[in-house]
Amino acid sequence: MTTVQDRSAMPQEREPNPALGSPERPIGFGRIQRKEDPRFIRGKGRYLDDVVLPGMLHGAILRSPLAHARIVSIDTTEALAHPKVHAVITGKDLEGLNLAWAPTLSADVQAVLATDKVRFQGQEVAFVVAEDRYSARDALELIDVEYEDLPPVIDARRALDPGTPVIRDDKEGQTDNHIFDWEAGDKAETDAVFARADVVVSQEVVYPRVHPAPMETCGAVADYDPVDGKLTLYETTQAPHAHRTLYAMVAGIPEHKIRILAGDIGGGFGNKVGIYPGYICAVVGSIVTGKPVKWVEDRSENLMSTSFARDYIMKGEVAATKDGTILAVRTHVLADHGAFNATAQPTKFPAGFFSIFTGSYDLEAAYCSVTGVYTNKAPGGVAYACSFRVTEAVYLVERMVDVLAQKLQMDPAELRLKNFIRPEQFPYKNKTGWEYDSGDYAPALRMCMEQIGYADLRREQEEKRARGELMGIGVSFFTETVGAGPRKHMDIVGLGMADGAEVRVHPTGKAVVRLSVQTQGQGHETTFAQIVGEELGIPTEDIQVVQGDTDQTPFGLGTYGSRSTPVSGAAVALAARKVREKAKAIAAAMLETRPEDLEWEKGRFFVTGDPTAAKTIQEVALGAHGTVALPEGIDGNLDAEVTYDPPNLTFPFGAYICVVDVDAGTGKVKVRRFVAVDDCGTRINPMIVEGQIHGGLADGVGMALMEFIGFDEQGNCLGGSFMDYLIPTAMEVPDWETGYTVTPSPHHPIGAKGIGESATVGSPPAVVNAVVDALAPFGVTHMDMPCTPARVWEAMQGRATPPI
Amino acid sequence: MQVPAPFDYVRATSVADVLDLLERHGPESRVIAGGHSLLPMMKLRLARPEWLIDINDLTELRHITVDGEWLRVGALTRHADLLASDVVAQLFPMIHDAEKVIADPVVRNRGTIGGSLGQADPAEDLTTVCDVLRAQVFITARTGERTVDIHAFHRGPYETACEQHELLTEIRFPIAARQGSAYEKVERRVGDWAVGAAGAALWMGEDGTIADATIGLTALGLEGLATEAAGVLVGERPSEDLFAEAADLARAASAPIEDQRGPVEYKRHLASELTRRALTRALDRAAHRTAVQGG
Amino acid sequence: MQVTMTVNGSEVTRDVEPRLLLVHFLRETLGLTGTHWGCDTSNCGTCVVLVDGEPVKSCTALAAMTAGHEVRTVEGLADGATLDPVQQGFMEEHGLQCGFCTPGMMLTARALLDRDPDPGEDVIREAISGQICRCTGYATIVRSIRWAADHPADRDAAAATTDQEVPA
Repeated sequence: MTTVQDRSAMPQEREPNPALGSPERPIGFGRIQRKEDPRFIRGKGRYLDDVVLPGMLHGAILRSPLAHARIVSIDTTEALAHPKVHAVITGKDLEGLNLAWAPTLSADVQAVLATDKVRFQGQEVAFVVAEDRYSARDALELIDVEYEDLPPVIDARRALDPGTPVIRDDKEGQTDNHIFDWEAGDKAETDAVFARADVVVSQEVVYPRVHPAPMETCGAVADYDPVDGKLTLYETTQAPHAHRTLYAMVAGIPEHKIRILAGDIGGGFGNKVGIYPGYICAVVGSIVTGKPVKWVEDRSENLMSTSFARDYIMKGEVAATKDGTILAVRTHVLADHGAFNATAQPTKFPAGFFSIFTGSYDLEAAYCSVTGVYTNKAPGGVAYACSFRVTEAVYLVERMVDVLAQKLQMDPAELRLKNFIRPEQFPYKNKTGWEYDSGDYAPALRMCMEQIGYADLRREQEEKRARGELMGIGVSFFTETVGAGPRKHMDIVGLGMADGAEVRVHPTGKAVVRLSVQTQGQGHETTFAQIVGEELGIPTEDIQVVQGDTDQTPFGLGTYGSRSTPVSGAAVALAARKVREKAKAIAAAMLETRPEDLEWEKGRFFVTGDPTAAKTIQEVALGAHGTVALPEGIDGNLDAEVTYDPPNLTFPFGAYICVVDVDAGTGKVKVRRFVAVDDCGTRINPMIVEGQIHGGLADGVGMALMEFIGFDEQGNCLGGSFMDYLIPTAMEVPDWETGYTVTPSPHHPIGAKGIGESATVGSPPAVVNAVVDALAPFGVTHMDMPCTPARVWEAMQGRATPPI
Repeated sequence: MQVPAPFDYVRATSVADVLDLLERHGPESRVIAGGHSLLPMMKLRLARPEWLIDINDLTELRHITVDGEWLRVGALTRHADLLASDVVAQLFPMIHDAEKVIADPVVRNRGTIGGSLGQADPAEDLTTVCDVLRAQVFITARTGERTVDIHAFHRGPYETACEQHELLTEIRFPIAARQGSAYEKVERRVGDWAVGAAGAALWMGEDGTIADATIGLTALGLEGLATEAAGVLVGERPSEDLFAEAADLARAASAPIEDQRGPVEYKRHLASELTRRALTRALDRAAHRTAVQGG
Repeated sequence: MQVTMTVNGSEVTRDVEPRLLLVHFLRETLGLTGTHWGCDTSNCGTCVVLVDGEPVKSCTALAAMTAGHEVRTVEGLADGATLDPVQQGFMEEHGLQCGFCTPGMMLTARALLDRDPDPGEDVIREAISGQICRCTGYATIVRSIRWAADHPADRDAAAATTDQEVPA
C-alpha cells in the first residue's frame, strides 16, 4: 500500500542553494581535492632549481673541513683562472661591502663568509660563480685555504667549563661560550611544592640534534638589475616578506626595490625560515657579475650547515602525591645553539615557547630555566616543526609523566586522565603565563584508547611478557601553543607577528585572495580558498590564492610554528566578512530594501520572509561594479584587506597511542600500530588535516628510532648525508589510524587552531614511551632517542646512555 | 647535488673489447656496470678514474644458469634478478635473504653481483654470502680465464684479486643435496649497511648429522669464514646447545669496531645471536630441500 | 660526445660531457624539470625515472650510459590529456603535499602496477622503500597506488576487447 504525503503541509520550497555544493563537492569547508595538485602530478611544479633565467650563472660554496680553525690564507688565483669562472668571493671581499657578517634572527651575527676563523665544520669560506654547476664544483677544488687547527668545543655539557676555548672571540666582551639564561614560572613557589611532595621523580631527558631535511634543499636565484637598482630574488623561503625587510636592512637595497619570489617549495619544516649565507652570496654574485646567479645547496650542505633542530639536554623533575596527583614540574635545560645564535623565534622568547612544558595538566607550580651555549657546530635549533620548542617541552613532560607512572605503578593513561585540566577550567592560565584558549582532553584520550583497544592491548602485553616477548604501549597527550602571535608580545627582529590578507571579488563573481604566508606543501591554495568559500559561498575553484610574491601580497611574517591558519586564516576570514558586510549593503540597494531586512545563507542574501527576493554574491559583485546607486559610505568594489593581530595563541591538542614490538635478541623496534586523535578546532579540509598529521607521525617515528646528527670529538659531523641521517621509509611506519574531536578556539574567527606541527610534537614521546614500556621487564625506566637496535639492546643490559 | 670530475667514456661491445680497453687506457680506467658503488664515489670525488668503460651491453654476462653441479651467475646479473629468481631461492635461500635487504628495490634494478663483489666494501652482504656458499669467481684476462676461490678473491677492504686489467665475469656456486643456508641481518633502516649480519650453510649427512658447515659474518670485523665456529658442528647431530656453542665461537671470532651503528659489545652479541638464528633457519631449509637431480 | 636515447616516446640526440648525470640531462639539457634531485648518496629517490620500464635513480646514471635506452619521466605518464591512473590516484587520495617526491613515486607505482596489477599494502610499501617522502607519512601514497590498481586505465580495457576472439 502506498502512502501519499500531504504536500500541502510542507513549507514552501525555494530553489536549492547552489552555494551549499554537494557532499562530493562542498563549497567552503569539507573534503575536496587540492587545487595545486594538477601541476605537481604532471611534473610541472616550479621549484627553485627549475628557475632558469637568461645568462644565468651558477654559484658554489667552499666550506670548512674543520670545526674550529684560524684561517691563515686563502688563495683563489687558480680558481679565478678557470675559463668558466666569472667570480670568486671571499670574506675579505664581503668585508669591503660590510656584508661579511649578517645579523641573525636572534640578535647575534653570523659569518656570511669566514674572515678570521671557521667555527663549525661546513662553514662557508668562499663563493665561486661559474657558467654551469659542474664548472662551479670543479673550481672549488682550485681554491687553496690554509687553516691552523684550534681545539673544538663539541660537548655542550663542557662548553662552559673554565678554560674552554672561546668560540665567539669576534664578539666584543665575550669571554666564554655562554649565550643566555632565561627562566619562566615561579621558582620559590615551585621549590616549596617539591619540598613537601610525597613523590619526586627526576630524569635527564635528551632531545638530540635532528634536522628538518625537506626533500628539496635550500637555494636562491638572485637577479640584480643595475639600471633599476632592483633585486629580484627567487628563494626557498617560508617568509618572503620578512626576508625582504631583512635584506633591505642588511644589504642596503631599498625595500621597494626588492622582490622576493617563493614559487613551489619542496618542503620547509622550518628549514627555510632563516636567511642563509648562500642566499647573500648569490645576491653579491649577481651584483658583481651583472648576471643572475643561482645557488642551490647539495644535501650534505643542507644537513651540515642549515638550521638543525632541538639539541636540548633537559633535567626534568615532577612532584606528585602518592595517589598520583601531579603537583609541579621543574626543569633546567642546556641548549646547544651551535656556533652562532641563529634560532628563529620571537625576540622575547630565546627558548621559544618551551615554558608550555607544563603540558596538559593542572599544576600548582612550575619553573623552568634554560641556558644557551655556543659549540663548534652548525647554527640553528628552532626548526623541524618544533612550534618554537614546543616539541622539546611536550617531549619532556610526556616522558616525565611516564616516569612518574612507572614509579607509582599507575597506568600511564589513567595517570593522565586524573591530572588533565578540566573542561570547565578553560580558558586556563597555566603557571608560566600562557592562557590556553580551549580544551576538552579526556574525551580525546578515551577515544584514542577505545580506537586502539587499549584494554585488549594491555592483556596481550601481559601474555607476551609471560613468554618473554617484548611489546610496548606508549601514550602521549600534548597541548601545543601555536599561531604566534600578539604583536605586543611577539616579534621577530622587531617585526610584529601579525599577518595581512586581501580578498577581492571580481565583477563576474570570481575571487582572489592574497596571502602573506607561504605554503610548502600544506595546501594553502586549497584551504585558504575554502575559508573564503565558507564565508562567501563562492566555489573553491572560482577563488585564486596568491602567495609567494612580495610584489603581489600583503605583509606578514610567513609560515612556521603552525601559524598560517591561526593568524593568516583569521585575516582571510575577517577580510571575507568585511566583503560580505559590504555586499549586504549593496544587495540591499539592489533589492531596494534595507540591510537589516536581509538574511544571509551561504552564497546569497534574501529578504526575510521572501526567499525569492534574493541576490547571489555573484550578482552583487556585478552590481558593485555596475551602475546601481551605492549606499552612503560604500565604494564600488567587493575588496577588503585585514592585518590580523591575534589576541592570543591557539592550543591544539591530541591523544596518541603507539604500539611497538621489540626483538629481544637484536633490540630492533617495529612500530605495529599508531592511533592519533587530534583536536585542531574547526577542520577546514579533513583530507588535508589528516595528511598533515600523517607526515608528523612519520617524523616522530623517525626521531624516536633513527634520526640523529652526531659529531665526533674533532667536530666532524657524522650525519652529513642521507646514508647517515636516516629518515623512515614506507617500511618503517605503519598504516596510521586517526580520529578527531573538535573544540573550537573561542578567539579565532573560524574557531580553527592550526595542525601543521601537532603530530611532530606529539608523536616522539608516544614512540619512546612505548619502547620504554616494552623494556620495563628489564627494569628500564628511561632511554633516550634515537632508539636504534644497538641503543635499545644496551638499555636492556642496564646500560642506557644518552646520545650526547 | 655533487657531480663527478671530468672523465672519458667508452662503451664496450664484448669481453675481449673490455680487456683491450682496460689495457689501452691504463691504470686510471675502470669498468662501470650498475654504477651504484662507483658513481656515488665519483660524485663525492673519492674516486677519479680517467676512463669509464661501460660494460652494460655485455648481456652474455647477465644470466643465472644451473649447469650440472654448479649455479652459474654472470657478473652482470642485477640484484633484482637474483631476488626474483626461483632457482636461486630454492637452491640458495641465503642469497634470497641477503638480496631482500641489500640497498633498496630501485638500486637493486641496477647494482650487480660482480660490482658488489668487486667493490669489496667491508659491509658487503654478498661477500659473506659467497664465502659461506664456497663460491668460485671467474676472472678473465687477455691471457685467458682463471678460477679463484672466493676466499682468495677477497684481499681486504676494497681490495680483491681481480687486477686492474682483468674482468670479473662469473660467480659459481656449488650445488649439493641436503644443503640449507640462511642470512640474518640487522639494519637500522631499509637500505642502510648492516649493523651486523651472519650467514650460515649446512650440508647434512644422510644419517642426520651435519656433514659440513660454514659460518660468515658481515660488518663484524671478521674477514673470511668463522672456521672454528663451523668446525664444532661437523659430524654432530644438530641441537640448540650445539648451535649455541657455534654461535659463541662466532662471537669470539668477531672483532667489531664501535661506530654510529653500535658499540662493540652489542655487535659481538649480534655475531652470536644472528649466527644462532642463521643456523636454525639453515637447518630448517636443509630439511625441506629435495636432492638435486644431476644437470 | 653525442648521446641518443628515447625519452617519453621521442628520440633525442644531444651533445654532452661524459660526466653529465642523467638527471641533469633530463632537467637541463632537455628542460624536463619534473624529475628532481634531493641528495648526494643515491638515497632519496626524488630522481627516479623509468629506464626500459624499470625504476632507476637518475642521479646515479650517466646520460652516456642511458644512450640507446628508453626513458620515461613524469612528463611521459599522461597520454596527451588523459592522465595515467596513478596520477589520478595521487590526486584522489592526497598522495602528495609538496610534490617533490611525487614524480618518482608515481613512476615506481606505474612500473609496479605494470607487473603486478593488484599489489597488497606490503608489496606497495616495499616497492617505494627506496624513496623518501617527508610530507605524507606514506599511508596516502599507498592508498593512491591502490586507487590506481582499482581503477586501471579505460584504454587498457579497450585494447583487451579488440584482442579477444569474437565468440561463436
